[in-house]
Amino acid sequence: MMSPGNRHTRSAVVTGIGVVAPNGVGAETFWKSTVEGISALDGVSREGCEHLPLRVAGEVRGFEAESMVEQRFLVQTDRFSHFAMAAADLALADAGIGEGALGGTPYSVGVVTAAGSGGGEFGQRELQRLWGQGPTYVGPYQSIAWFYAASTGQISIRGGFKGPCGVVASDEAGGLDAIAHAAGAVRRGTDTIIVGAAEAPLAPYSIVCQLGYRELSTCEDPDRAYRPFTPQACGFVPGEGGAMLVVEDAETARRRGTAIRATVAGHAATFTGASRWEQSREGLARAIGGALEAAGCSPEEIDVVFADALGLPEADRAEALAITDALGAHGSRVPVTAPKTGTGRAYCGAPLLDTAAAVLALEHGLVPPTPHVQDVCHDLALVTGTARPAELRTALVLSRGLMGSNSALVLRRGADPS
Amino acid sequence: MTRRVAVTGVGIVAPGGVGAPAFWDLLSSGRTATRGITLFDPTGFRSRIAAEVDFDPAAHGLGAADAQRADRYVQFALVAAREAMADAGLDAATLDPWRTAVSMGTAVGGTTRLERDYVKVSSTGRRWDVDHSEAAPHLHRAFSPSTLASEVAEQNGVQGPVQTVSTGCTSGLDAIGYAFHAIEEGRADICVAGASDSPISPITVACFDAIKATSPNNDDPAHASRPFDANRDGFVMGEGGAVLILEELEHARARGARVYCEIGGYATFGNAHHMTGLTREGLEMARAIDDAMNHARLDRTDIDYVNAHGSGTQQNDRHETAAVKRSLGDHAYKVPMSSIKSMVGHSLGAIGAIELVACVLALAHQVVPPTANYETPDPECDLDYVPRTARPLKLRSVLSVGSGFGGFQSAVVLTRPGGSA
Repeated sequence: MMSPGNRHTRSAVVTGIGVVAPNGVGAETFWKSTVEGISALDGVSREGCEHLPLRVAGEVRGFEAESMVEQRFLVQTDRFSHFAMAAADLALADAGIGEGALGGTPYSVGVVTAAGSGGGEFGQRELQRLWGQGPTYVGPYQSIAWFYAASTGQISIRGGFKGPCGVVASDEAGGLDAIAHAAGAVRRGTDTIIVGAAEAPLAPYSIVCQLGYRELSTCEDPDRAYRPFTPQACGFVPGEGGAMLVVEDAETARRRGTAIRATVAGHAATFTGASRWEQSREGLARAIGGALEAAGCSPEEIDVVFADALGLPEADRAEALAITDALGAHGSRVPVTAPKTGTGRAYCGAPLLDTAAAVLALEHGLVPPTPHVQDVCHDLALVTGTARPAELRTALVLSRGLMGSNSALVLRRGADPS
Repeated sequence: MTRRVAVTGVGIVAPGGVGAPAFWDLLSSGRTATRGITLFDPTGFRSRIAAEVDFDPAAHGLGAADAQRADRYVQFALVAAREAMADAGLDAATLDPWRTAVSMGTAVGGTTRLERDYVKVSSTGRRWDVDHSEAAPHLHRAFSPSTLASEVAEQNGVQGPVQTVSTGCTSGLDAIGYAFHAIEEGRADICVAGASDSPISPITVACFDAIKATSPNNDDPAHASRPFDANRDGFVMGEGGAVLILEELEHARARGARVYCEIGGYATFGNAHHMTGLTREGLEMARAIDDAMNHARLDRTDIDYVNAHGSGTQQNDRHETAAVKRSLGDHAYKVPMSSIKSMVGHSLGAIGAIELVACVLALAHQVVPPTANYETPDPECDLDYVPRTARPLKLRSVLSVGSGFGGFQSAVVLTRPGGSA
């Protein structure tokens, strides 16, 4: 499996996309809402949250777990794993991988997820049983539902995938790091990795835990709560959901006769300290530089940027400057978008939704808009209002985490000729 | 040209002692650090024993602000990282920040603090609609698992790739495996890599009670962790943190650093079988061992010691014995294989890193740590488990393996300088 001679010739490509997002379940529905700039931000309606100072979030509504995941898996997992299992199924179907349709052995398919919040709702329920009733009331699934590895483990078991399995339990940027991790596994010899992240951070106690983030928006108006790059920026709105992707070795994908949607061309990550947004300028610029170098890509080749768009003035400024630091004059001309203002930031799931949107944007030649955002106060060509048609060959996806990580990913449309 | 990865420093916070000398003293003497739980009142729980760390943050150089902000598991990591950096002759001022990485593992992260504050905001489990006014200001740091790697990075001025890894009980091996890949593939020259967990809290004890994974031998805590013994009855929960400094070999040589050993190979596979259950055959763990040995260009007979996962549950020890036999063949019967969990318990995500530090020290001292409490052979576990007493032995290459909830099966191979790597 580990043939070092192959290492530099193997290329990791995206062949399937599965989305469970506040603005749609399934890649097609998600893309339609994203292109139309439809926002799913709304009041928080999860039970027990009415009184909390977080008033607006991107909830996944109309998701019927029962119709997508077997009951025996549902009872032993949290909502975040329900999303992940459903998204994995959608991604596999999208890649044309039905049951038993994969070549190779079970060891040739692995699973990697990123997780930043774990099974909060399940955990809160079991904590309530323990402290309200006693130790013997804690159920047998607490040991496997709350922890960050739950989704990777369940997807692996459900699909019979025995390849390298991993979990990056990081801040938001961990979502992009997971994709890089998957691409690394493919380059080292694994044929296929099902990779992604989905989060469900809107249980009451999970929300209480997030209230300490000074970056959290507590604005009550869904139209005004999350407006990055504007003078009115007042923080970010959290969201639920995420996406899973099928990332394969390009040769494996060709052998299967499946369409190569995009190539994972380059990635780099840096760290500049929790909530040190000014410093994130240099960190993000270096991450972009590293990702371009890994992709063998010049700054001018970038046709669209999916921004992190945190929504705090100093963080937005740092990101806008990082883009021009790294891309030069091209940085203020290239279309930049942040569709996550219509879904909220689903922690590690957020950059996965951006990556899914980026692949779809490359395919459709359309840059989706940034909902809720109008008067941009930075030197960026932010796409607002309506989607913008453009010839798109190469996309740059950015993510920064609340604990200090900066990550950049370069995607090429279709198979990378290089 | 292939980049090779050296271990140039270690640091550890483990039950029975803080720091590598105290840790090695415990392991080489075969003493056990398991006892009745003191971190909370365990009345009413099935398993009331654990391997706890006697830890005074101030005595280990953590200021009041660190102690207040950082969870116990983060504090373990900070103390272990400081020791490892000093051991490697490195400090924040001389590191190239952008070429240095952090990779830290944890299985349950900040759950201990999350639980403590939950009790307050829920009026002791009475309300679902929790009261946020009772929450502590740093609670979000317990909520986010990336706090672990983030704190270690800030402590050491690291600005390269920083990640937290959480693959249940293989988190430690996997965090170090990811660090190995990062250096081998050129993303960093140095990586502060390890793992930490402080899971001894009511919710975590209760969740293992519920599936009877932990030992109920409350009357004899010192002898409760009995890996491979026929009368083993579950694992004893532990806590701790360990950090290894991984460094590109030429980088280490150029600065004249002492090289303890090299990471020869790492591999991980999923068993796709059951979240907590293991097969009798151990095929997936065997495959991880084979891949790690192949990567290190070692034959099975090159392995001089197997550091076992050896948790002390019936199924784990059987599974692992089968896997090692499958990989090493006849050599499995000749190579010593021991579980330090008999002495320091099972600290979930931390233990893989703690066990790798034990392997580094075993190579340095040329001594195999024993399996304490091993008395009665099990017909299904018929290898040489190094009962009770440490054994001096010529060691060049050692193997450490782990299994985790979620089906993770991981293996790491360490080789001594001048060995066959």
